[in-house]
Amino acid sequence: MRELSYVEAAHEALAEAMAHDETIFVVGEGIGPRGGNFNTTAGLYDLYGEKRLRDTPIVERGFVGLCAGAAMTGTRPVVDFMFLDFILDSFGELVNQIAKMQYMSSGRLKMPIVLRGCIGVGGAAATHHSGNYYPIFTHLPGFRVVLPSNPYDAKGLFKTALESDDPVLFLEHKSLLNTRGEVPEEAYSIPFGQAAICRPGQDLTAVALTTMVPQTLEVAESLAPEGISIEVIDPRTTAPFDIDTVLESVHRTGRLLIVDETFAPCGIGAEVAAQVVDRAFDDLDAPVRRLNGVQVPTPYSAPLEAAVTPKKEDIERAIRELLAE
Amino acid sequence: METSALPAKDISLALYRQMLIIRRSEEQLAKSYQAGLIPGACHTYIGEEAIATGVCAHLRDDDAVFSTHRGHGHALAKGVPPRELIAELFGKATGCSQGRGGSMHLFSPEVGMMGTSGIVGPCILQAAGAGYSFMLLGVDRVGVAFFGDGAVANGAFHEGINLATNWELPVLFVCENNQFATEVAFANTTRNPEVANRASAYGVPGVAIDGNDVALVYQTAGEAIARARAGGGPTLIECKTYRTRPHAEGMRDGGYRSMEEIEAWKKRDPISTLADRWLSAARAPQREIDSISTEVDAAVADAVRFAHESPWPDPATVTDHIFNERGTSHA
Repeated sequence: MRELSYVEAAHEALAEAMAHDETIFVVGEGIGPRGGNFNTTAGLYDLYGEKRLRDTPIVERGFVGLCAGAAMTGTRPVVDFMFLDFILDSFGELVNQIAKMQYMSSGRLKMPIVLRGCIGVGGAAATHHSGNYYPIFTHLPGFRVVLPSNPYDAKGLFKTALESDDPVLFLEHKSLLNTRGEVPEEAYSIPFGQAAICRPGQDLTAVALTTMVPQTLEVAESLAPEGISIEVIDPRTTAPFDIDTVLESVHRTGRLLIVDETFAPCGIGAEVAAQVVDRAFDDLDAPVRRLNGVQVPTPYSAPLEAAVTPKKEDIERAIRELLAE
Repeated sequence: METSALPAKDISLALYRQMLIIRRSEEQLAKSYQAGLIPGACHTYIGEEAIATGVCAHLRDDDAVFSTHRGHGHALAKGVPPRELIAELFGKATGCSQGRGGSMHLFSPEVGMMGTSGIVGPCILQAAGAGYSFMLLGVDRVGVAFFGDGAVANGAFHEGINLATNWELPVLFVCENNQFATEVAFANTTRNPEVANRASAYGVPGVAIDGNDVALVYQTAGEAIARARAGGGPTLIECKTYRTRPHAEGMRDGGYRSMEEIEAWKKRDPISTLADRWLSAARAPQREIDSISTEVDAAVADAVRFAHESPWPDPATVTDHIFNERGTSHA
């Protein structure tokens, strides 16, 4: 099967959707003739022109609020934030308007808007270009939150996002953008709320998110020769969250580790742990363990930056400790 | 400010009837509030009816209106029946938002009422977004934002008008300058006491008019909406007006404006002004005005009865509509 990069895979989903649906338009800074800082819209301006690939001034609140009105009136905006950190300037439009509009209108309005941006720590991007923020949006009613960890998922989940009538956050970790993987030529989509069991195992369930998925898989592979069998689950979307796949896995393994680059307090791991303890306490042979990044603004300098995110050795240590419980 | 010519008789009659529907509905809402029948907020539009009426007279059901916390008049003028408005404020299942919204979240997309709002500013951006849709779809529909002077210093005003102008979107920005943002005087929040003259900073037409003169609102909005439909881009209209009741029902009205000022503005009441002009111009006899009044009173009484008799929403439906249930692509 052919291989594509993560960016190419998502781009292919967008290009196919735009060819098929003339109501889709993209807004953002430099997404027009330039093709996007991360090549998210490369070549599309030449095909569809400025009405559908609209360069904006740097006014996130303004163009997000505008796209809310557009989504309410028959078109399907895609907001390309470049770095997701910039979404915070539009937080009120997202939380008070976009996420609530369908409910307030008793379902008579739709809100088909895709909000995409790059997340994550790395590359000395420093604290205004390193945010994750997905736990915040997962907490609130009204959003779909999508975290693809590989090119195949990036295309399949982006296709679903572009066809959804709900607000979707599509969040691409910077460290994954140039990773490559198999992507079929034929059309496919991946529904929201279906976790992937990336690697089956019997001794411990590791739920990993976004960039932590490939890292956890590497650790799991490296432990296999010792007879340690780790099951790695990628939820793929945190809203909706496929807790059933996690519960079924924990029922078999008895041990649960959640690996997440972003902060622990009130985070995804806390929610997964609470649900598993609530619903499957008797399945657990050990306490639920979380491995998270440090709760701190992301620093710039390389040794400081490296100190805030979980590393493969941290994942391995957490697995060994949990297996020793 | 210019003076207006009265529109043709049938149009004048329709404008009068619409203003009176708003007035009588809100007088009823104020009474219902005092009787404890409206559990939430109720901001009346009394004194400002000419603006929604004069603008919405030019709009079709497929034009999109985005409104404020003081939005009963916009909803009624856009075509929401008094029954659905009053039932919504009572919290009933038959309300225009089926009990999910109340006064500040009135939705009726079927007639292009795309929401009143509890947040000041977003309506400006959303109207620009409707304009973006209509431009992209190649249709002659328009987006309209109603907002108060309280939104003018907000970034949404600057960002929305700049985007809509730069992209030549079919949008009308209607500032209802009632001179107070809640209870803070507009004059105390800016060194520029005018709103319309800010339009020149964006390269968009801006005009200030007497917002209590329904004929003038009708004429000015008609020109701007026709221009927007024809691809001529947005217009900013500042309607100078005044609310003659407190910011919200149940609130006291002192400490920030004088009774003399309120009484002076009551003499400029848009509804009686139109009737007086009409009578003095011998364009309509008193009995025609009386007959409209009787008819409107009956409609509002019917709406109140309807609201009383309507069922409450079913608590089992409380989580319905967070997401689009008809969507095919999500779990």
